Amino acid sequence: MNLADWVVLIGTMVGIAAYGFWRTRHVRNLNTYLRGSQSTGWGTIGLSVMATQASAITFLSIPGQGFESGIGFVQNYFGLPLALIIVSAVFLPMYRRLGVYTAFEFLGQRFDGKTRLLGAGLFLLQRGLAAGVTIYAPAIILSTVLGWRVDLIIVFAGLLVVVYTVTGGSEAVSITQKWQMAVIGGGMVTALIVLLAKLPPGLGVGGAAHVAGALGKLNAVDFSIEPSRRYTLWTGLLGGLFLSLSYFGTDQSQVQRYIGGGSVREGRLGLMFNAVLKIPMQFFILVLGAFLFVFYQFAPAPVFFNQAEWQQYAQGADGARFRALADRHAAAVADTQQAIRAWLDARATADVAGESATRATMVEANRRADAVRSEAKAALLTANPRAKTKDSDYVFITFILNELPHGAIGLLVAVMFAAALSSKAAELNALGTTTTIDFWRHIRPLAAADERRNVRVAKRFTALWGVFAVAFALFAGFAENLIEAINILGSLFYGVVLGIFLVAFFLRHVGGHAVFFAAVAAQTLVLVMFFSLNIGYLWYNLIGCAACIGLSVILQTVLGPRASAPAGQTA
Amino acid sequence: MIPPSQPDQGTDAEPPDLPGFRTWRDLYMFVFGWFVLVVALLTVFTWMFS
Repeated sequence: MNLADWVVLIGTMVGIAAYGFWRTRHVRNLNTYLRGSQSTGWGTIGLSVMATQASAITFLSIPGQGFESGIGFVQNYFGLPLALIIVSAVFLPMYRRLGVYTAFEFLGQRFDGKTRLLGAGLFLLQRGLAAGVTIYAPAIILSTVLGWRVDLIIVFAGLLVVVYTVTGGSEAVSITQKWQMAVIGGGMVTALIVLLAKLPPGLGVGGAAHVAGALGKLNAVDFSIEPSRRYTLWTGLLGGLFLSLSYFGTDQSQVQRYIGGGSVREGRLGLMFNAVLKIPMQFFILVLGAFLFVFYQFAPAPVFFNQAEWQQYAQGADGARFRALADRHAAAVADTQQAIRAWLDARATADVAGESATRATMVEANRRADAVRSEAKAALLTANPRAKTKDSDYVFITFILNELPHGAIGLLVAVMFAAALSSKAAELNALGTTTTIDFWRHIRPLAAADERRNVRVAKRFTALWGVFAVAFALFAGFAENLIEAINILGSLFYGVVLGIFLVAFFLRHVGGHAVFFAAVAAQTLVLVMFFSLNIGYLWYNLIGCAACIGLSVILQTVLGPRASAPAGQTA
Repeated sequence: MIPPSQPDQGTDAEPPDLPGFRTWRDLYMFVFGWFVLVVALLTVFTWMFS
C-alpha cells in the first residue's frame, strides 16, 4: 500500500466514523438512542439491515468460496426473501404495536420474565461470542497479508466503532452504515471491473463464464436430497428460511435496525429492499470468486494463497518438498490453461468431437491442480499439525493487493474495514440495548422511568461489550473457516430462539412454563446432536425450532390449560 | 421522566404508498414472484454453464 491507498483507507474509515459521531453527538433521548431517529427513511433502514448482515467475512470469505467450491453457497440465502416477508407481515407490526425496544421485551409481555431472560440470555451468549469473531476475522487476514500487527488492527477498529456507537447509539449506527455500504458497493464494483479487464484478451465475460461452468464453479442450484450435502435447494429453502426468520425476526442486532423510523411502512419497505436485492448481491460476490478462479488459470497462481504461512515452510529445513509442490502445481495450472485454450478454440470452430476431448483434458488437468493443492495442505499439516490450511479466505485479498491499481487497493481494504465496522456497530448497539432493557431494568425496575439514566447505562453497557469484543478477539483463537464458524454458532442457538417466538406469535394456548422448559430441553437436544451426528448445520435451525414448538405443545398439554395471554399480544 | 416504552398506534392501516402496489399483500406477492424468478433464472444459469 502506498500513500494514495492510506489516504483513501484512513479518509473513508475515520471520515465516516467522525461524521457519525458529529451528527449524533447531542443524542440524549432514549427512544432515538435505542431505536434511531423518527425521520429515518426506508432506504437508510434497508441499507442498515444489509450492512448489519454483511460483515467483513462476507467480502473476504465469499469470493474465496466461489473460487474454491463454486457459487452453490448462494442457495444458503434462498430462505431469506420468504423470511423477510413473514417478518414484515407478522413480527414488525407486533413490535411496533407494543412499542418494545428489544424483541425479548415482547417475550416478557407474552409469557413471563424467565422466558424473556432465557431469550435475551441465549442472544447475548451467541452474539457476544460472535462479536469477537467479527472483529478478529478480518484482522487476522489483513495482518497476514499486509504485515500489520493483528492486535493493533483489532484495537484500532474496535475503538473506532466503540466511539461512535456509544456516542450516538442506533442513530449513529444507521447513519454510518449508509455510507459504509456506499464504500462497499463502490469497492466491489471496482474490483469486478478490474478483474474483467484483466481476463485474457478474447476470453470475455461469456468465455470466462463457460470456462468456470465447465470446471464446476457455476452450479448455483443443487436439487440433491442427500442430507450431508451442506448447500442444496432444500437446505437453502428450509434451513435458510428458519435461519433467516430467526436472524431477522429475533436477533436484536437486526430488530433494532427496522423497529425505528417514523412508521411501520419505512421498516417494511427496508425489509423488502433486502428481500429483493440480497440473493442478487450474494450471487454477484460469488460469481466474482468464480471469475477469480478463471483469472488464476491464466495468471501465476500460488499453490497456497496464504503465502505468509506457506513461505514459513518453503524457506525452512524441509523447503525443497514445498517448492517441488509449488512447481508441480504451476505445471498442472499451465496444462489446464493450455487445455482451456484448446477447448475454447474447439468451441469457436464448432468442433464437437474436439470440444468433448479437450474438455475432458481440461477437467483432468484441473483435477490434478486441485490434487496438488490438497497435497500442499497435507504437507503443511505434516510439518505442523496446527498449521492453518484454509487459504480460500486469502484469494480475494491476494488479488486486490497484486492486481488492483493504487488507490483502488486502499478502497478495497476500506471495504473490509467498512463491513467490519458496520456489523460490529450493530452488534454492540444490540448487546448494549439488550443488557440495559432486559437485564438492568429487570434488576432496577424503578430506574426505568429515568430517561437520562437509561441512556447513560446503555452507553456504559455498549462500551463494556466493545471492550469485551476487543479483548476476546485479542486473546482467543478461532476456527479457520470463519464465515462457517459464525453460521454454525448461529444455527445452534437461533432455532430454539425462533421456536420460542413462533410459539409466542401463533400458539396462544401455550404459557411461559411450558415454553421455557421446552426451550431448555430443545437447546440441550441440539447441542447433543451437534456433537454426536454429522448433518448439515443449517438443519439445526429447523430441528431446534421444531423441537421447541413440539415440546411446548406437549408440556402445555401435560401442565394443563392456562389463563389466556393478555389481549392484543398474540397474532 | 418517561414511560418504559411508547406503543405505536395503528401500524397496520398504513399502505405501502408505492406506485402499482395498493396493499402490502400486493407488494409481498411481487417480492415472492421476484424470488421465484431469481431461483428459476439461477436454475437456468446452472443448466447453461455446467
